[in-house]
Amino acid sequence: MTSKINPLISFTGKFVLLTITVVFAFSFSGICSEQDLHKKSAAHSNGNTTQKVAHAAAGPAKKQWKPGEFIMHHVADGHQMEWCGFQIPLPVMLWTEEGFKCFSSSNFYQEKNQKHVHGMEGHAFSMGDDYIMINEVIYYLKENGGIHGIQEMVKKAEEADVLLAEITKLEKQKKKAESEDEKLSLDNEIASISAEEKLLREASVIAAPFDISITKNVWGLLLVLALMVFIFVRIANRYKTREGQAPKGIQNLFEPLILFVRDDIAIPSIGAAKAEKFTPFLLSVFFFIWFANLVGLIPFLVGFNIAGTMSITLVLAVVVFIITTINGNKTYWGHMLAVPGVPKWVLILLTPIEILQMFIKPTVLMIRLTANITAGHIIILAFVSLIFLFGAGSEGAYWGVGAGSAIFMIFMYLIEFLVAFLQAYVFTLLAAIYFGAAVEEAHH
Amino acid sequence: MDLLNVMLEIEGMTSGITAGLGAGMAAVGAGIGIGKVGGSAVEAMARQPEMANDIRTNMILIAALVEGAALFAIIVCLLAVLG
Repeated sequence: MTSKINPLISFTGKFVLLTITVVFAFSFSGICSEQDLHKKSAAHSNGNTTQKVAHAAAGPAKKQWKPGEFIMHHVADGHQMEWCGFQIPLPVMLWTEEGFKCFSSSNFYQEKNQKHVHGMEGHAFSMGDDYIMINEVIYYLKENGGIHGIQEMVKKAEEADVLLAEITKLEKQKKKAESEDEKLSLDNEIASISAEEKLLREASVIAAPFDISITKNVWGLLLVLALMVFIFVRIANRYKTREGQAPKGIQNLFEPLILFVRDDIAIPSIGAAKAEKFTPFLLSVFFFIWFANLVGLIPFLVGFNIAGTMSITLVLAVVVFIITTINGNKTYWGHMLAVPGVPKWVLILLTPIEILQMFIKPTVLMIRLTANITAGHIIILAFVSLIFLFGAGSEGAYWGVGAGSAIFMIFMYLIEFLVAFLQAYVFTLLAAIYFGAAVEEAHH
Repeated sequence: MDLLNVMLEIEGMTSGITAGLGAGMAAVGAGIGIGKVGGSAVEAMARQPEMANDIRTNMILIAALVEGAALFAIIVCLLAVLG
């Protein structure tokens, strides 16, 4: 029996490895065409294939590959998604002064709409006279006086910064000042410059509509939500219909994980009596972060960076904070405000630190998750960028560096799979520990 | 005092160099921390092989937390370069 199984396993293993290698080999072609797209050249908009190939081949010689822009474009949010080389425009929904406006972002992403705003980095696209999107943030165009008006506002912001630097310098001088007269004169100067700076700052705020559009991240969130609902509702129904029977199929796949979260994360940290109340949240958070990370790792699927966005992890951390604070019992607050077993004079030092800890812990949770996921994506994108940076020399360099880079990318991808699970585990474990500390009974 | 001011001004102008330095030091910190955890874990596994699974789980958990600390520094450096 064993001699029959072993060749089967090795065949499957080889097949998996081959699939991964082939996928990454093809990803070169996808990335090459993507380099083309990012140049936003006339050849691309024409769709003329020979022109496209010629431009791609001659590309690096003409324009320096900017890895920073490439990486930031993929890691940050945006109003369009990229599926296997095609750019899919997403709906833009704005709450403007004239009410709710909804249109496709392809209105923005056109050759003729590309503008350049001095002083603001990144791509700028305009839509008619009404809106301009600079670096994926949408502002009003007409009401801010057109592009000229926006550039003026940027200049005013810079002037306000210069004035601020002057104010700090003057305040330093004031500290060194000896006589009262000098202090008074410096005070007057500071006051006048502050007033000017405030006026400049107010004039430099660029009016923007309230942006509630469906961006790449929102789409990713909806995808993960759909995935989770689909999987877990199925599992719940299976549990109902298969009462008393052994689990099968998808129920069987997820049961060890669900029990793992309950028995190895929730119950040891919170205690068997109270874990029931928090287990649903811990399960949700665990599977959300894990699925979100995995979705971000699928090669040709858009390249979501869901859990690597500060806004999403901030919400998770705030929810953990709210649950901890609401469920804090007397022992919890007692331990925080007056740690038992320390001499009184240490309490003056310890209590503010403990109160700060209450806010710092969720913040740390947020940053840890964001940084780990974003860093993983940045490393993989950096390896891709290496190919284009070195490939600018010759065609052979493309393939040579490409081969080496592909191997490193596969290695990083495997690490990223581990990180996807691990970060979900760490977030859930720490949340469970905070909940456990909040509902801990006093033990003497 | 003036020398310090001049140095600070230079640092403000070359945020790229300081960010790179910060990121490098973060990598060193992560390397040292995780190296220590890994070393102790492997030593403990050698002393008591039947506890190897428990020790491995804890090692990976602690490595993730130490890595988190290093990544705070990365985020700060990224903000210094971009902001």
